[in-house]
This record gives sequence, C-alpha cells and structure tokens, in this order.
Amino acid sequence: MTEEIIIAGFGGQGVLSMGKILAYSGIMQNQEVSWMPSYGPEMRGGTANVTVILSDEMISSPIVNEFDTAIILNQQSMDKFEKTVKPGGILVYDPNGITRHPTRKDITIYSIDATDEANRMGNVKIFNMIVLGGYLKIKPVILIENIIKGLEKSLPKRHHGLIPENKNGVMRGMEIVKQN
Amino acid sequence: MGELKLMKGNEAVAEAAIRAGADGYFGYPITPQSEIMEYLMTEKPYETTGMVVLQAESEVAAINMVYGGAACGRMVMTSSSSPGISLKMEGISYLAGAELPAVIVNVVRGGPGLGTIQPSQSDYFQATKGGGHGDYRMYVLAPASVQEMSDFVKIGFEMAFKYLNPVMILSDGAIGQMMEKVVLFDPIPRRTPEEIEKQCPWATTGKNANRKHNVITSLLLDSHEQEQHVFKLRDKYERMQKEDVKFEKIQCDDAEFLFVAYGSSARICQKAVDIARAQGIKVGLFRPITLFPFPSEELLKLSSQIKGILSVEMSLGQMIEDIKLAVECKIPVNHFGRTGGVIHSPGEVFEALKSTYLGG
Repeated sequence: MTEEIIIAGFGGQGVLSMGKILAYSGIMQNQEVSWMPSYGPEMRGGTANVTVILSDEMISSPIVNEFDTAIILNQQSMDKFEKTVKPGGILVYDPNGITRHPTRKDITIYSIDATDEANRMGNVKIFNMIVLGGYLKIKPVILIENIIKGLEKSLPKRHHGLIPENKNGVMRGMEIVKQN
Repeated sequence: MGELKLMKGNEAVAEAAIRAGADGYFGYPITPQSEIMEYLMTEKPYETTGMVVLQAESEVAAINMVYGGAACGRMVMTSSSSPGISLKMEGISYLAGAELPAVIVNVVRGGPGLGTIQPSQSDYFQATKGGGHGDYRMYVLAPASVQEMSDFVKIGFEMAFKYLNPVMILSDGAIGQMMEKVVLFDPIPRRTPEEIEKQCPWATTGKNANRKHNVITSLLLDSHEQEQHVFKLRDKYERMQKEDVKFEKIQCDDAEFLFVAYGSSARICQKAVDIARAQGIKVGLFRPITLFPFPSEELLKLSSQIKGILSVEMSLGQMIEDIKLAVECKIPVNHFGRTGGVIHSPGEVFEALKSTYLGG
C-alpha cells in the first residue's frame, strides 16, 4: 500500500497539523511516512499545503506531482490541485467558500461540511479533525486507535486534554462525509 | 537501536549536533534552515551537555566564532542557507587555510542573490570548487533523507577532525523542511578538556611549560612556505579521494541508462527509475554522497555498460561538469533540472530521460 495525499487550504485551518497527525499515526502503524510542507511565499500570504505519503515500502520521492487523494479546503487549492489527482483517485472538499466545484468524472468526489459542523459542535479548532475523519471513512488507511496515538505524539503534553474532543471530531467527520 | 522519531531535516541536524557531543553552534537565522537554531534554543543543550548555542549578530560573526572555537580544538558548527553561506565564505577559506575542523550546514535555496526561499541545488560549484578564495577544498556531504541529515552531522565531525578541514553538509530546502522517520544515534559525551588537548595537540588550549606555544593562522608571507603549505593541503584532499569517497548505486547492475543525482533530486530520480522500470526501460541511479571527493572512479567503471547519463540537479547544470570529467566524455552526458526554487517531479525527470535518449 502506498497512499500519496495532498492537503491544501488556508493557513490556520490546521492543514499542516492534519498532515502531521497522519504522519505520526502512520508511524504508530509501522508505516513509512513522509511529510513535505509548503513553506514558501504562499504560506506567508495565506494558502498552505502539505504532501503526506504513507507506505508499506520505502518511500522513494517525498515530492510527487500526482496524488491518490486530494483534501481541499479553499478555492485556490481547488483550482491548483483538482487536476493533480490520479485517475481513479479521490477528492475530498469542504464546500464552504467554494464557488467552482470540482467537475472531474474520472475521480470520486466527496464533500464534507466540516466548517458548519465544527461551528455546530462549538469548537472551530476541530475543523481539521472532522475533515480527517471524513477522509479516513473513505480510505481507512489508518486505524482510529493509531490516530489517537498519533495525536498523543504530535500534541504537546499540555494539550492532551483536548484529545477526546479531537476524537469526537474524527468520529463526527466519519458520519457526515458524503459522495457527490 | 537508537530512538525512532518523526522529525524535520533541520531538527535532525540540531538533535544530531547535541548527540554528537558538539561544543558549540553559532548561527544567524535564515529560511529555510531557521529550525536548526530554534530547535537548539528549545532543547537548551547548554543546560545539559554544556554545548554553547549562540545567535550571532551576523553570518560573518558566526563563522568567525566557529573559527575561534575550532582553534581551541572544540567541536563547533554553523548553518545557514545560500545567501548566508556566501557571507561565510571568507571564514571558510580561513578555516581551510588554518587547517581547522568545523561542520557547516548549507540548506540551499534558489539564487543568485537573495533569490527565493524555495529548495535548490545551485550552490554545488560554491561548495565543491571553492566559494572562498585560495587552493582549498571542503569535504562535502550531500544528505538525501532526514536520516542522513542526522547521520552526516556525526560523520561530518569525524571527517573534520580526521582531516583538520572544514566539512560542508550540502542539503536543500526540501530535505530541511520535510519530516521523515529518523533513528537517532546514541548520545556521545562531549570530550573533556584533557581529551581535547590529547586529540588536538595543535590547538590553543592554554600553553604550559612543557610545550611551545601553538599558533593558528592562515598567513604565510614567505611564498615558498605557502607553497609547501598548499602542497600539504593537496595531500589531504588526495587522501580524502582515496579513503573517504561515498556513493550509492540503485538498480545499476543491468542499467543501460543512468541518472546521476544527489540530495532531494536523487530521491525524485529514484521514483523516476521505478516509473521507467515499469515500462521496461533499464535505468539506474548513481547517487554521489560525497560531492567532494567526487566518486569519479566508480562512475567511470560503471560507464562502460551505460549508453547515456542524465545529470539531474535543481540548477542549470553544475555537477554535470564533474560527471563529464569522471567518465572522460566517453559516453553522452546531458543535464535536466528545474531551477530557481522549482522542484522537478519524478514524471518530468522520466520524460526528460525519454526525450534525451529514447527519441521521446
């Protein structure tokens, strides 16, 4: 199994940390992992993205130009990354703020109202965990208990009290993701 | 087995410095390598191992602090990215002239000038052919993974003290910023002052009645003396070539074509090899790990079975000159690479191989 994922959105949405949790969780599952962030001018000006690769084998290139999965959280990222999904791959997006929805027919498209759901749950910070849950529902590449272990590893100890809430976010995301 | 961690390349460098038993790090922040000093400042090794971590007022100050520390036989290092390394070049030339051990990490970004903060490999010439003035070389290691970012700090210090010469770890923004698994080596205690004195009898550790005073200088006004000194340096560089060349061969045994690439380009090429092999094209990857000394002999040996080489670098083509010299221009050698901070994709590299050698 090799899963090449791009997660893209605004800075502050938790794009990089979602990637980090995936990478840590992959390690908990004895997978090979790589996490390659954008750190350039685009990140300083608003958008951020990260490439995460999870694999049972050695990862050759941490830099790839097409992806099995794209998780897209704003319009700029949709414009940039819809075309980079491999035929047969999946695209998961939050329709909030999206004006041009994805149109490709050779990939499977899922939407998740994570922004609204996070507001409903009264904690906008778990937005990224809801999205992560949605993705894991479609592609169970990581077991939920390993996600919790990944959270423990990637969060500083003083924030470990937030883990149950993050777990709720993941579980809720699994419920509300839907195929377009 | 050491401790398994998920780390950025830059963080791995910093952690490795502490574990290698380094005495001091002197730096000045610049993207994409600022995490090195940030990590050290967070870990506070000055409270545990006693390692000094100091943010200097400039890159020039930092490299001269390294000169001072190295002159005392201490294990010292600095890091920067391309424009900052250019500023350090005077100090590096002095380190080489004075035969001082030091590790210098360059997390390369696109240039020339202030350029961009994105990854590049356009400092190859600077690292391997001088950069500073005078007849000197650095021992240059090119890590291709976060694991090697850690391991090469330890090897770098070993080489620096073996040859009494500055060592450069030539990385790039991609390797510096990405996170991968890394197995950390077990910490090595810092040397005691007695151990330093024993290991470095040339160092300015404080003169006692039993020996003459040590002088650290790169100034030799008598040209004949200077010539002899340069010959002595040359002998060291030749010894590096004999004893400490490092390289990796991937799927080279039956290869008809060869990518030659280092650092993150080597990783990208590894995937391009997989793409090509899936289509029945026999391609291998030759990865120089030391850029100086360059693995010329091994490449020449390999070239007898090869129809063509593609040098893949994130630059306009710099290492390609060493490849051509190595294979004595007996087989075609071409360049492919994006530059200015753009990273080539495995697909692009594969297409370049096809269009160069297989008629598209």
